[in-house]
Amino acid sequence: MDMIHNFPFFSILIALFSSTICSVLPGKIAKWVNTAVIIIAGVMSGTVLWYVSATGKCFVYLMGHFPAPWGNEIRAGILEGAMALFFCIIMLLCMWGGRKKLLEEVEESKHNLYYVLVNLLLSSLLALIYTNDLFTAYVFVEINTIAACGLIMIRQIGRTLEAAMRYMIMSLVGSGLLLFGICMLYDLTGHLLMSNIQEQVTQIMTDGTYAIPLVITIGLMVTGLAIKSALFPFHAWLPDAYGYSTISSAAILSSLVSKGYIFLLIKIIYRVIGFQVFRNSHIINVLFVFGLLAMVFGSLSAIKENDIRRMIAFSSVAQIGYIYMGIGLGTKVGMIASVYHILGHAAGKALLFISVIGLSDVSGFSRRFVDQTGAGYRNKIAGIGFTIGSLSMVGVPMFAGFISKLLFAQATVNNTLKMLPTLIALAISTILNAIYFMKTVIRTYEPKPDCQYEGIKIRQEKLYALTIVLFVIVNIALGMSSQPVVDAISVGLDMFG
Amino acid sequence: MSRKKTEREYKRSFAYHFFRWLNGNEDPLMGQVEMKPQKPYQETPEEIRRKIRERNALFLRFYGVVKSREVRNFERVYKIASVIFCSILIALLLLTVSYLPPVGSVERPINNEVAQRYIEKGLEETGAVNIVSGMILDYRAFDTLGESHVLFTATVTVLILLRLDKKKDSKNSSPMERTEIDDQVYEPQNDAILQGAAFILVPIIIIFGIYVILNGHLGPGGGFSGGAIIGAGLILYLNAFGFQKTERFFTEKTYKWISFSALSFYCVAKSYSFYTGANHLESIIPKGAPGAILSSGLILPLNIAVGLVVASTMYAFFVMFRKGGF
Repeated sequence: MDMIHNFPFFSILIALFSSTICSVLPGKIAKWVNTAVIIIAGVMSGTVLWYVSATGKCFVYLMGHFPAPWGNEIRAGILEGAMALFFCIIMLLCMWGGRKKLLEEVEESKHNLYYVLVNLLLSSLLALIYTNDLFTAYVFVEINTIAACGLIMIRQIGRTLEAAMRYMIMSLVGSGLLLFGICMLYDLTGHLLMSNIQEQVTQIMTDGTYAIPLVITIGLMVTGLAIKSALFPFHAWLPDAYGYSTISSAAILSSLVSKGYIFLLIKIIYRVIGFQVFRNSHIINVLFVFGLLAMVFGSLSAIKENDIRRMIAFSSVAQIGYIYMGIGLGTKVGMIASVYHILGHAAGKALLFISVIGLSDVSGFSRRFVDQTGAGYRNKIAGIGFTIGSLSMVGVPMFAGFISKLLFAQATVNNTLKMLPTLIALAISTILNAIYFMKTVIRTYEPKPDCQYEGIKIRQEKLYALTIVLFVIVNIALGMSSQPVVDAISVGLDMFG
Repeated sequence: MSRKKTEREYKRSFAYHFFRWLNGNEDPLMGQVEMKPQKPYQETPEEIRRKIRERNALFLRFYGVVKSREVRNFERVYKIASVIFCSILIALLLLTVSYLPPVGSVERPINNEVAQRYIEKGLEETGAVNIVSGMILDYRAFDTLGESHVLFTATVTVLILLRLDKKKDSKNSSPMERTEIDDQVYEPQNDAILQGAAFILVPIIIIFGIYVILNGHLGPGGGFSGGAIIGAGLILYLNAFGFQKTERFFTEKTYKWISFSALSFYCVAKSYSFYTGANHLESIIPKGAPGAILSSGLILPLNIAVGLVVASTMYAFFVMFRKGGF
């Protein structure tokens, strides 16, 4: 066995272990440990990705001395490696971009705890990506949920406390439904390992013995994960959680945490239930409808919003809707588009969150839309970042958002029933996106001659500027060289089956 | 011949009081304890109005808005809708349960090769007489590793929420803030009954907890349950004797280092075990004779580590919610 087979396990364990270490270190050292851990995990995931695409085969790794149905197992394929690498990159950039803000907004005695939580979050995301066992997934979903709560409320103002409370309640409802689903699935199949469950599920479907509880089980798991990733009617916790937490938390939550759950859902669809079984259940249509509703209503709420950070948060609701709409199409092309949109949205939304804080900082720390007038001139790099993030979200060619919209549109072509609603919703949502993002971009570049706010030079905030430049590069790279990414996703989805 | 008692002597004797108490003519507590009847709780309309005003002010401070009539109506509809939704969910889940395989039947899908191997080969492969311990700490140890980190995550989060900021302790803060910080002052202390009970119970509870942890691989028990027992013992001790006594041996630093060393031991030991298992290397950890106290490989040390984490976490939660020195 090659050494590289150990890498997924190493990256999870390093992140987990470093969280324990960070709890006894002072904040300044914990910061470097955190950066090092994210980089190491990223390099390892990159190596795994390279290895899997070179050999063309996925591999499973025993967690312990006992083989599959008895012990735990993790599994790495192209999609897993790519996701882990991408998540590490985005997380590193989010941490860098919000570092200065973290110093201002969080009490000094709690800095190391912040890094503890981020490390735990990283390890749980990696475990969600690599796991081949449904119960392991649940355990790490728990870590993910609690750590996310901590990330929200570490900035202690009234609204973050309430937002964390809401997030916790909604998220625990989601976890509970997921746990119900897992328990019932275990009762029906007698297994917790994904591949074994799938064998049993196929048998159940051919026998037809437990068809009704199986459908309800699928429904429970899907609903649980949909609540946790803020699909439209369950998004009430989202705007405050993203809008008031410290900026690294907001960027990580919107771009990684919710995406981790969606990735787990995709994994469950392919590796636990089986794509055919899932498509034949009517749950897929429910996801499709709610995805469409989210696309429209999320954007409408964003337009009404006067607070610029809550506006971006509401835009997340719409983008999550896109992803669920793609899953709901029930074709492989739709699924590829969804996975691509996970990447594109994560890169774009994190960039928007990081750059908007630069804009509001040079507008007297105000979050009101009107106060952002001319902020693009006062903080040039943040203005550029915000513009590019907005263009990507709206779907202008050259950026990631365009490619995913194109893929969604292409995916509907063969689907006679769902084509028209999808295309209409895509069109409406794009226009609405354009309205609120472009309005903000124009506002930030409107000259304001008698401005009392001081501007900021790039060399005053070198790390921040570097982060934004790297984010822009990631966005443009995703948009310009989409074909290899799409091919990799396609191969990776085939490896799932 | 017994001498006849005078009436005065008789009135001082035990029998006089006892029979009067028996007949209900005398209440021995009369005049001994405070006996003011409690006033029924009543709020003046002014009080109620003040409370409503305060609530609205709070709402205004957080959100910058006052609840309008529409919002209030929406909240009413929302409550009704949520009750209806929950009822539907309950009905649906009950319906599903009726379709599930019957409990206790041999035909159930969960009676398969997985459970069979746990039962038949569990002792031989893990060395633990207690199959459950063998399952959670050897077969499926990765899940348990995650589970103990769930606890750790929870403590970190509570620490973020409740840790006292030391800067606020200065004399500049208002009296309100200061009482908020150390309202341990107002807590009842030196309760003789509690102290007496704790004096007897705490050592027994803690020894029992240690027994449960150390016997985790031989009988019912293990790190989680034993740790919870020890934690309960510590909490009882704290309630009886107060922070001055407990802070002599258990402070934030102690907690930090206990949980750090236990969790890192767990991580390192299990990483070694996973690594050797996955790479098909020989593990150097001996299994020992089944049934002996020093047996079953890593399970005993892991149980101790989990027990330490659970006990100190429970205690730390309690201290933080009581605003102790964390």
